[in-house]
Amino acid sequence: MAKQLMKGCEAVAEAAIMAGCRYFFGYPITPQNDIPEYMARRMPQVGGCFLQSESEVAAINMVYGASAAGARVMTSSSSPGISLKQEGMTYIAGAELPCVVVNMVRGGPGLGSIQPSQGDYFQATRGGGHGDYHPIVLAPSSVQEAVDLMQDAFDLADQYRTPVMILADGIIGQMMEPVEFTERKSTRVLPKKDWAATGWTPASDRPRAIVNSLYIEVDELQELNDRLQARYKIIRENETRAELYHTEGAEIIICAYGTVARICKSAINLLEKQGCKVGLFRPITVWPFPEKELAAVMAQDSVKKAVTVEISAGQMVEDVKLAVNGTKPVEFFGKPGSYTPTAEEIAEYIIKSAREA
Amino acid sequence: MVLTNIFAGFGGQGVLLIGKLVAYAGMDEGRNVSWLPSYGPEMRGGTANCSVVVSDDPIASPVLSMADCVIAMNTPSLDKFEANVLPGGKLFINSSIIDKKATRTDIDVYYVPCNDIADQLGNPKVLNMAMLGAYLEATKVVGVESVLQALLHSLGEKKAHLIPLNRQAIEMGAESIRK
Repeated sequence: MAKQLMKGCEAVAEAAIMAGCRYFFGYPITPQNDIPEYMARRMPQVGGCFLQSESEVAAINMVYGASAAGARVMTSSSSPGISLKQEGMTYIAGAELPCVVVNMVRGGPGLGSIQPSQGDYFQATRGGGHGDYHPIVLAPSSVQEAVDLMQDAFDLADQYRTPVMILADGIIGQMMEPVEFTERKSTRVLPKKDWAATGWTPASDRPRAIVNSLYIEVDELQELNDRLQARYKIIRENETRAELYHTEGAEIIICAYGTVARICKSAINLLEKQGCKVGLFRPITVWPFPEKELAAVMAQDSVKKAVTVEISAGQMVEDVKLAVNGTKPVEFFGKPGSYTPTAEEIAEYIIKSAREA
Repeated sequence: MVLTNIFAGFGGQGVLLIGKLVAYAGMDEGRNVSWLPSYGPEMRGGTANCSVVVSDDPIASPVLSMADCVIAMNTPSLDKFEANVLPGGKLFINSSIIDKKATRTDIDVYYVPCNDIADQLGNPKVLNMAMLGAYLEATKVVGVESVLQALLHSLGEKKAHLIPLNRQAIEMGAESIRK
């Protein structure tokens, strides 16, 4: 298939359909409305179901239901709407069900702005709802990568029976870039959904499927948590991903994800013209955070410090500090809200920081 | 080669479309491209802009603070973006409705009477294509034929009869800056 110029939101929606998603439940909010709009048009064409619910809470519970019945299902929203979905997400995690949730992050707190932001990092990576759970969180930095990750997201969700979140922002959602949709051949061996509640009769050759996240007995709840933690350990070991850009021999490592990482690349290109040796470490999975990969980059003798750049008050910087584990200084550059730093501002900060090093 | 552009004007002038056409044409010519619209409060106030990057190499940031080219279709856009033209860059001004001159002296400035050209052609809608013609003439970033192909793709076969009119507007826009 030839390259097409597509908006991030629409590309993500098409990628989901190509990955076999046939159920979409959502409620409108800027800057992700192009996803439900696209799904409303496309789902009937592929025999799927698009439903605009009465609220975000209803949408995520419809996702819960469809997933319990074994469907490939997704929802999408932006920050305030994602907050409303947290209850459903922890239930889905507790019921060990797969689903995909897209968050085109906007500025907060509260209703905030409709501009891009990275203020939902903690919410996304720490679970967001109550209890000890994590969704897998993927952070694309281009429209093509959003497409590729979207398709992986459904496989990851099915393999680990967990919610998977695509953590993007308004820029990824609204920007048009060329994308190529290729037929995906997953190398993952996905488990059969023998837990799905697909309808039971006395003639069925399986026990009744009961999907539930309530475990009144302490021991039973312990079993669930042990299962989840064992699964998270495997995810941590096997599913981390990161991109390294000009990190070899670098003196300063910029850590950034999503759109901001691309602005940092422009900053690095400016800095290299001035003889500064700066590299970029870009987590693609923000949960699990690619700790080992970052630690290896930071362990190089040439590296003096890390600078984390975010559109937040400093959230991912905590994971960077955990990975660097006190071996070298970690600085933060960025602002909370919706202020997207320019490449020039980042370069200026790095030059100042390099002088102090 | 990398060319960064900001197309700005008010709603209805078709700035988002001409930015998109440049991106489409760039893609069809095998380049890396990105098109990023303003979707925030400014577009709700009536002005719109988009950032377009055309590059031989993978595009680092699609978010532009400074650009090689700024296209200003109305006075607020000129006021907002004149300072964002990189030194040695190009500034395109819709001189039909912007009566100011540029204040910068370190850039090339092109005055394009977009509305007048469109009026001459009897269709006020093609003012954006007149500006696009001037921009293509000055930058040569993509070919006119690629742009018209992209326009055909965008209009659909039913409106293919509008291509000659748009071609004329592009040619007149280009002619307006040939001196």
